[in-house]
Amino acid sequence: MQTTDKYLELFQQNREQIGKEDPLFLKELRDAAIKAFQRDGFPGRKEERYKYTHLEPAFDGKLSFDFQPRQIHFDDSEIFSCDVPLLDSNVLTVLNGFFHQNGEGILTKLDNGIIYGGLKEAIAQFPDLVEKYLGKNAPTDDEPFVALNTAFSQDGIFLYVPEGIRMERPIQIINLLLSDKNQMVQHRNLLVLERNAAAQVIICDHTLSPHMFLTNSVTEVYTGENADMDLLRLQNEHNNSCQVTNTWISQDRNSRCQHGTITLHGGIVRNNLRINMEGEGAETSALGLFLTDKMQHVDNYTVIEHSKPHCTSNQYYKGVLDDISTGAFNGKIHVHPDAQKTEAFQTNNNILLSDTAKMQTKPRLEIYADDVKCSHGATVGQIDEEALFYLQSRGIPKEESRLMLMDAFTWDVISKIKQLSLQVRITDLVSKRLRGELSRCNNCAMHCEH
Amino acid sequence: MLEIKDLKVSIEDKEILKGINLSVKAGEVHAIMGPNGSGKSTLASALAGRDYFNITNGKILYEGKDLTELSPEDRAREGIFLGFQYPVEIPGVSMVNFLRTAINSMRKYREQDPLPAGEFLKLMREKKKIVEIDSDLTNRSVNEGFSGGEKKKNEIFQMALLEPKLAILDETDSGLDIDALRIVSNGVNKLRSPENATIIITHYQRLLDYIVPDVVHVLYKGRIVKSGDKSLARELEEHGYDWIKQEVDAND
Repeated sequence: MQTTDKYLELFQQNREQIGKEDPLFLKELRDAAIKAFQRDGFPGRKEERYKYTHLEPAFDGKLSFDFQPRQIHFDDSEIFSCDVPLLDSNVLTVLNGFFHQNGEGILTKLDNGIIYGGLKEAIAQFPDLVEKYLGKNAPTDDEPFVALNTAFSQDGIFLYVPEGIRMERPIQIINLLLSDKNQMVQHRNLLVLERNAAAQVIICDHTLSPHMFLTNSVTEVYTGENADMDLLRLQNEHNNSCQVTNTWISQDRNSRCQHGTITLHGGIVRNNLRINMEGEGAETSALGLFLTDKMQHVDNYTVIEHSKPHCTSNQYYKGVLDDISTGAFNGKIHVHPDAQKTEAFQTNNNILLSDTAKMQTKPRLEIYADDVKCSHGATVGQIDEEALFYLQSRGIPKEESRLMLMDAFTWDVISKIKQLSLQVRITDLVSKRLRGELSRCNNCAMHCEH
Repeated sequence: MLEIKDLKVSIEDKEILKGINLSVKAGEVHAIMGPNGSGKSTLASALAGRDYFNITNGKILYEGKDLTELSPEDRAREGIFLGFQYPVEIPGVSMVNFLRTAINSMRKYREQDPLPAGEFLKLMREKKKIVEIDSDLTNRSVNEGFSGGEKKKNEIFQMALLEPKLAILDETDSGLDIDALRIVSNGVNKLRSPENATIIITHYQRLLDYIVPDVVHVLYKGRIVKSGDKSLARELEEHGYDWIKQEVDAND
């Protein structure tokens, strides 16, 4: 049986269980999604978008999937302290794709109108609000993994920041994978910022047991007029994991958004990022940094849709690849005919530390307006021998010189992260990762070997 | 201090240095001059330990040790300093971090503790004066966006901090205006002592008005074809290299 059919069958057989408390709109959304998935199926090897990352085999494995949260005895406050200890944040934990209550309620509603907590609970309590946004930005007919997630996802995180409210404390979403068997997880986040609102969200992905984990997640983001959104994802899963993230962001007039993906560790990682600039004067920056070794594979696929005039986008992606690891970057800038005065820039620089690591990089510019400034540049190279010799000639040992150069290379991306405590923390994690030390949080009591 | 004996160096199959003999004693300043492509920079690189070429023959003895067996970093830690003709820009590595790491690796080699932060900053302030270097240069990335003159001053600044026994200055004067040239030369002169030696590699005699050499050598086609005192430099300035080229080519 084909992998696609397996999933169609899994859906049909469990249709009753999947979202049995769904309101009508969600039932319809799921049905449309599974139809789209049936039509498109898993992307094959010949599919251009997935040329460098063939995901079907990972989905074909024997994986269990939970339709309801499983009771796992787990006290995260004891064994897991967050990755960014300096950050004073609201921590929301998602365990195997389901909101995991720890301290805070399942859904918190503040006096100023901010709502955050479990998505499933939000659907139950605020169906009209959720309906307005869910699935509107991440269309199922465009991306099979979004379709699959829309059909299967049960829970995740919901954040709503009403008009004019600027959230002071960041939200930190910690995705934990912990199981006694190989596991598939499909969760969904919905982040909504109304006009003049501001929020900062950090998503951390962790594996806490050595089983094979397959995650297919969708994060939908709405950035209202003149709103500010900071979204940073820190991926730190073990080598036996496969992670597909789909981040769909829409930006209204004059909004500002910064999106970052820092991939410290993972088996197979595919990050789909789509930013739709739907209002004039929006600004966006997309940062990416990945570090791979052994047989790891990281593929960043970005699409920036410049639909309206006077929007600015900047993409900075960097990768450091060692051993026989592989990476890909595919970045599309699409400037629509109306989008005059667009400024869109993209750079992708990569360092190969071994003769056997491989990187594929492909910038794509499609420009249909005539008054725009766009540029792109991509490099794949080695550590700069001249710079290395310069450092050595001042008495700094070769290995230390190499590490200094790699720290410098990665700092170029990290330095663009706005929040200082995050900058410091990620610098530390990246530097540890480059030195082959555990990249896990210092405070974590797990001390798992990757 | 330094004894180079019949040194032959090739890049791929091309022989660049064809038997160099040179002896430098503590307290001396040697100038190595010569037309473009004569092998001056290759000689400097060979002393500092670049590895893109092969040493096919000869010996480099430094304080009695075979230099070719040492890594570039260990040569530096033994007291050899190369002032680069083209100092490398290293974005993202701050000057302060770079210099502190360098000084502390040297100290570690000598089994000394790392320099406390306060003392390090004091040392930086002190040495900055020698080359009249701008404070904010040390807040930037190594050589990034520095002007030609600033890069060269920065080389001498590093030399002042690292206090080498043998400094090799590769075309430190090239691309310098007259003020920068004066500052750089003053720096070098201040650092001269009876215990250390300097090899100045240059194309022009101009620098030697400021830094007076004990010996001047002319390198041509991979060999030292003439040595003399400082008057040789003046002669070269007046007559160019042609008369030497003719002498050598006639004998070939």
